[in-house]
Amino acid sequence: MPRAFTPKVVTANALREGDAVWLTPEDDWSRDIARAELIEDEAVAQDRLLFAQAQADRVVGVYLAEAAPGPDGPEPVHFREAFRTRGPSNRAHGKQARR
Amino acid sequence: MYRYSEFDTAFVRERAAQFRAQVARRLDGSLTEDEFKPLRLMNGLYLQLHAYMLRVAIPYGTLSGAQMRQLAMIARRWDKGYGHFTTRQNVQFNWPRLEDVPDMLGALADVGMHAIQTSGNTIRNVTADHFAGAAADEIADPRPYAELLRQWSTDHPEFQFLPRKFKIAVTGAEADRAVIRAHDIGLQLVERDGARGFRVLIGGGLGRTPMIGKVVRAFLPEADLLPYVEAIVSVYNLLGRRDNKYKARIKITVHETGIDEMRRRIEARFAEIRPEFTGIDREILAGIAAQFAPPDWVARDPAPFHAARAADPVFRAWADTNVAPHRRDDHAIVSVSLKTPGATPGDATAAQMEILADLAAAHAYDELRISHEQNVVLPHVPRAALPKLHAALKAAGLGAANIGLVSDIIACPGMDYCALATARSIPVAQEIATRFEALRLEHEIGPLKIKISGCINACGHHHVGHIGILGLDRAGVENYQITLGGSGAEDAVIGTRSGPGFAYDEIVPAIERLLLAYLALREGPDETFLMAWRRVGLAPFKAALYGPHDTAERADAA
Repeated sequence: MPRAFTPKVVTANALREGDAVWLTPEDDWSRDIARAELIEDEAVAQDRLLFAQAQADRVVGVYLAEAAPGPDGPEPVHFREAFRTRGPSNRAHGKQARR
Repeated sequence: MYRYSEFDTAFVRERAAQFRAQVARRLDGSLTEDEFKPLRLMNGLYLQLHAYMLRVAIPYGTLSGAQMRQLAMIARRWDKGYGHFTTRQNVQFNWPRLEDVPDMLGALADVGMHAIQTSGNTIRNVTADHFAGAAADEIADPRPYAELLRQWSTDHPEFQFLPRKFKIAVTGAEADRAVIRAHDIGLQLVERDGARGFRVLIGGGLGRTPMIGKVVRAFLPEADLLPYVEAIVSVYNLLGRRDNKYKARIKITVHETGIDEMRRRIEARFAEIRPEFTGIDREILAGIAAQFAPPDWVARDPAPFHAARAADPVFRAWADTNVAPHRRDDHAIVSVSLKTPGATPGDATAAQMEILADLAAAHAYDELRISHEQNVVLPHVPRAALPKLHAALKAAGLGAANIGLVSDIIACPGMDYCALATARSIPVAQEIATRFEALRLEHEIGPLKIKISGCINACGHHHVGHIGILGLDRAGVENYQITLGGSGAEDAVIGTRSGPGFAYDEIVPAIERLLLAYLALREGPDETFLMAWRRVGLAPFKAALYGPHDTAERADAA
């Protein structure tokens, strides 16, 4: 039996800066996962992925990442994705530095 | 030290200019990412978790003061004020913006440096013993050969699309400080009947399928180096697998083909191409060798060293761990630790790089090295200058007296930076170092090499650590496997997996139990961890890690 679809966000790295970005419901890219579009349907996910892949002038390495609804918006599920929302643990660089 | 010829300078400047145009074409949409990616990788530019990363080659780990200062300038101007020195004697900048990279490459070209072939399926930066040219135990300085190999392999038209990346390491000493047995080709200078030559190993490598290199030629006359290495890479280029990335390294080719058949093919290819090497390579080598002439040694009475060693216990502790014998009695080799407990292994701030460059100018004939163990080496220091040097290092936060001890840990960037990583490495290294500093057991434990990788690709050399730690993703949680008894030295051996892995918050206590068990079972302070392991084997360490009752149960679950 195919595995049940779990909610996803579309994510990538920004072409110029290289930092992690997420696709928003407004077809824009945000540096904050909380503003990402949480996709709960597999067909929609594939459609949004194709849309994102066509934006090669803005982003690199587009993929679907698991996410879960949170009080402020989508939250990462896997620890790798959680690190991408913050930055490295040894230095206060990356997104955590801007907060 | 080697100085770029007009040809070298023109070549790296042209490559930087080409890359500037390629970046512009990527940004204006003329190049797709699929088209651009191989071009950026050829120039050492990766895309990591949080940003781009520029990997800069430091051939055979050798830097002048001016080059180190330029790395500091680059770190400050286009990065976040620091650089990360790697197990391949390279330096990585973790935060460049794509459009700044051409300027960074230009700044590198200004001081005779580049990022060419620090990625891709090419011959990578040739590494060497970080004590080369200074060590008391070497036959000759291996770096002229490493530079010859760098020039030969750079943009070599036959070897730009190998089945997989290809790494060469060279040493001039029997004591292997360059891990030559874990390289695609390992070269050791040897002498036979008064003639100089190389012991040539092939097929070493770590990663998913770790292998210790095998001797393909016990004695290769020194004059045959280039044609023989070309024959090896040529045979590999044809035989190496391109159907499966995980079976594409030469270690698998050697394993599947057999060393005898590999040797037969290499010797046949060598016989074929040897006549094409008519002597120009020898002329070039002679020109290179002249540039590696030792500095004009300044003879100084080492009395201040002996006086400081007798009077100052802090200096004595540092001198006993971080200072190695030099080919001249009145000089010494100084390893500057980038492993102050709590610091990120291999990181140096721009300010530290500048201080190191200043100290190299003041006390060490303006020369520095990067070791594969992620430390900085001042290869030629008059013993008389050691007390002053130590005081300056201490003031700069670079005085840690821990070379070769428990906190001198190799750690790859791991999941704090690397897109391939499956778990973090750096915080594990930081916590082990700070824990043993708090326990004040470091000097009691003595020589120990802990090496940590954040994925199976083994950039942190965990297989050849006396204690190796491999970070994995187990069902969405970081999990750390321990290997024991590995060695990357002349007695190279792949470590043995201890059993099931440990969660992130269990790994440091596990290492502590392991080392307390070692202290309890060793025959005396002269029996190192590795010696004790070789005497007693896995059982007592396994009991320490998993408990006497837990061992069988957890082993079953592995």
